[in-house]
Amino acid sequence: MKILNCPLNGPRNIAEFIYGGEVTQMPDPNACSDAEWADYVLMENNTAGVIREWWCHAATAYWFIAERNTVTDEIIRTCPAREVFQARVAFDGPAEEGEG
Amino acid sequence: MPFGLLKYGFARKYPAWRQFPPRPDLKPSYDVVVIGGGGHGLAAAYYLSRYHGITNIAVLDKGYLGGGNTARNTAIVRSNYLTPEGVAFYDEALRLFQGLSHEFEFNILYSERGHLTLAHTDAAIRTSRWRAEVNTHLGVDSRLVFPEEIARIEPTMDLSRGVRYPVLGALYHVPGAIARHDAVAWGYAIRAAERGVALHPMTEVTGIEQANGRVTGVVTDRGTVKCGTVIQAVAGMSSVVAKMAGFKLPIRSIPLQACVSQPLKPFLNTIVVSGSLHIYISQSSRGELVMGSASDPYALYSTRSSLEFTEGLMGHLLELFPFLGEVKLMRQWAGITDMTPDFAPVMGTTPLDGYHIDAGWGTWGFKATPACGKNMAALVATGKVPDLIAPFALERFYRFQLLGEKGAASVGH
Repeated sequence: MKILNCPLNGPRNIAEFIYGGEVTQMPDPNACSDAEWADYVLMENNTAGVIREWWCHAATAYWFIAERNTVTDEIIRTCPAREVFQARVAFDGPAEEGEG
Repeated sequence: MPFGLLKYGFARKYPAWRQFPPRPDLKPSYDVVVIGGGGHGLAAAYYLSRYHGITNIAVLDKGYLGGGNTARNTAIVRSNYLTPEGVAFYDEALRLFQGLSHEFEFNILYSERGHLTLAHTDAAIRTSRWRAEVNTHLGVDSRLVFPEEIARIEPTMDLSRGVRYPVLGALYHVPGAIARHDAVAWGYAIRAAERGVALHPMTEVTGIEQANGRVTGVVTDRGTVKCGTVIQAVAGMSSVVAKMAGFKLPIRSIPLQACVSQPLKPFLNTIVVSGSLHIYISQSSRGELVMGSASDPYALYSTRSSLEFTEGLMGHLLELFPFLGEVKLMRQWAGITDMTPDFAPVMGTTPLDGYHIDAGWGTWGFKATPACGKNMAALVATGKVPDLIAPFALERFYRFQLLGEKGAASVGH
């Protein structure tokens, strides 16, 4: 059994968690090009080495960030998302014109 | 007699048969460099040398030939996919597989078993019906079967209703088959080498040289080779090598585990898959049960095995085949899959001119080997993307034209 240390719930079996992918910088959805958006949504760094990634403790729906080595599967540390994200992301830009 | 045999074995007059020529020196330049000496890379080199008259080819691999995911898959061949693009592509692969032993004059132990994808829910029945319709429309033999017929096809399977997930029906794909995966790589390697393709195992690529948006060479730990054309066929490490070439891929590297049991007398007729139970099982020609489950739950480049995998697999498998409870497992291993967001591969050109990609082989790479090699070879030789692989271009992710193959590819490897 592999243990992941949840910042909210303490050390738990990794089977209780959902992997959420690498932490990347979201481009401004109102200003970026389609290619930049596709890059953000679909492309992956898929780094072989130490990365910062999202995890969710399924039972408590708590999202946090872990640093993990993707070659050795060693979890280096976990932290609440607020250590990385201090400001709320504003999605209240002008809406794109839809088809109806 | 034993002494005579020993003498014969050591006599210079009767040298041991070598499958491949010894590794040659690395030449300063090649017409085409194939990165990755697995089934896919060797197939591309073979089709280039046999059908397109291009023989000045180097196949580079950091390990030994066919030692990566070619040796780690569960050797299933089928074409009962969901999207018309996927069905057409995998069906070409299946038809090429059927003739491969003859083409090589080398036995790949191709064995048609039939392929049952079990449905335990109404939703799964609906997907099976959908796949059967798409398959039939494209001339692929797939149909929906129900428990009475399943009992005739696979008599040892528990079809009783007193289990947690009773079998309601199945998609029956008659041409589903298994083959010896190593032999496929060896067959391509032997016949490519005969035509002059240089096989360079234990040669690790460490960089890609480029000038003015074109690939000009490949840097390896044995020196640099110049070339105008590269095929990257390193599924499992695709993102790492693509990064050397300067572009990103829509791929997460996720381990997929499998295992085999001790050999048993033949009892299993078909390849049995259940998407809902996350299991699949077939019986090899040696009698071993080859079994697998869903992909691991998170991205990783390590091929370690885990107890969670065997526990999860057996929990469901023993519901279908309770009498296997006493059977021992012999081996367990993992391969690294290239998981794309739409469960379809990435084949074709890249932002770097002359650099071709053959990646995104999540859990569907082995069965694609001949069609992928043949079409990648045609792309390199003619400069035109063949219609069969055009829908799988890397560029589709920038056009948001994904292929939605998850319903047919996620567990039913």
